[in-house]
Amino acid sequence: MDLPVWQALYEELAPRNFTVITVAMDAGGAQDVRQWIEAAKPTHPSLIDGRHVVAELYDWVNVPSNAWIDEEGRIVRPNDPGFAGEYFRGMMEPGFDFKAMMKEYGRMRDRYLDAVRDWVANGPGSRWALAPEQVRERMAGPNPDHARAAAYFQLGTFLHEQGRGEAAQQAFVEAKRLRPESWNFKRQAWHLEEPGKSGGPEFWAEVKALGDRPYYPRREL
Amino acid sequence: MRRMATTVIFEDVVASVAAEAQDEDLWLAPSELQHLGWALEPEGLCRGPLCVPIPPARRAELVRTDGAVNLAALARHRGQAVVHDEDFTLPDLDGRFHSLSQLRGRKVLLNSWASW
Repeated sequence: MDLPVWQALYEELAPRNFTVITVAMDAGGAQDVRQWIEAAKPTHPSLIDGRHVVAELYDWVNVPSNAWIDEEGRIVRPNDPGFAGEYFRGMMEPGFDFKAMMKEYGRMRDRYLDAVRDWVANGPGSRWALAPEQVRERMAGPNPDHARAAAYFQLGTFLHEQGRGEAAQQAFVEAKRLRPESWNFKRQAWHLEEPGKSGGPEFWAEVKALGDRPYYPRREL
Repeated sequence: MRRMATTVIFEDVVASVAAEAQDEDLWLAPSELQHLGWALEPEGLCRGPLCVPIPPARRAELVRTDGAVNLAALARHRGQAVVHDEDFTLPDLDGRFHSLSQLRGRKVLLNSWASW
């Protein structure tokens, strides 16, 4: 969990008119995220999004996803995976090199945080701040299937809250059919079905099925 | 068409309203729309300070002559944020609500994560 990294970045850059908002995509609500948030002691807004509303608004299909928003409310980067990468994918293979993974993680993290610092210092002059047309290119744009997928997903979270687990899973099936690229839908549905399933054999089988395709969008950051 | 009690989840609101459902459309009278925080104004369909303009070409799909609004069409029409941010209001662990719009004037890094 990267909450401590975001909190440290917030403390460093808050005096420069910058803030972080971390949002947990967790239909289980406070009880599912409490331990992580309490451990990180955030002083930035650290919020809980039980219906994945933010993912719908910003067209995010995975965690982590990050957006940068400027002082006027313009999106200047819509959907980066932050410093998450593909390195985790070999984790279930025999002989996987954890040390190398942590080294790669650290390298990508430092590079990403430097990009944020560059944007905070240089605003639109930063090489990492995108022009509106580039932002538009990276967002799927209004799409009736995506809107319906989000609606089914939100219906599922509501049914789950009502204790109607089976009906909830049926709604999730529809959401996943309409937006098969959403790992958020898949993994949240697994988690509500049975804690731990979101990182279980079903998950790894789907990761494997990606083959050469990336798990996260590839960014130059 | 018959009005039926319908549970609607729209953005962060869950409400039981009287609505007419047909195929992909869901029509709500102005009094019902209000329960979801939305209203038909001269500027368009508004929720608080946010108004979604109604393109003349799509007016019939969104608003009926009796003032009823097609909520399903509104959801389709809105899509999601393009270039400009979209506001949201969510609770923290202590149940205090925060909105993105409260932070206007600052640069914001918005990050999603999950426990699962």
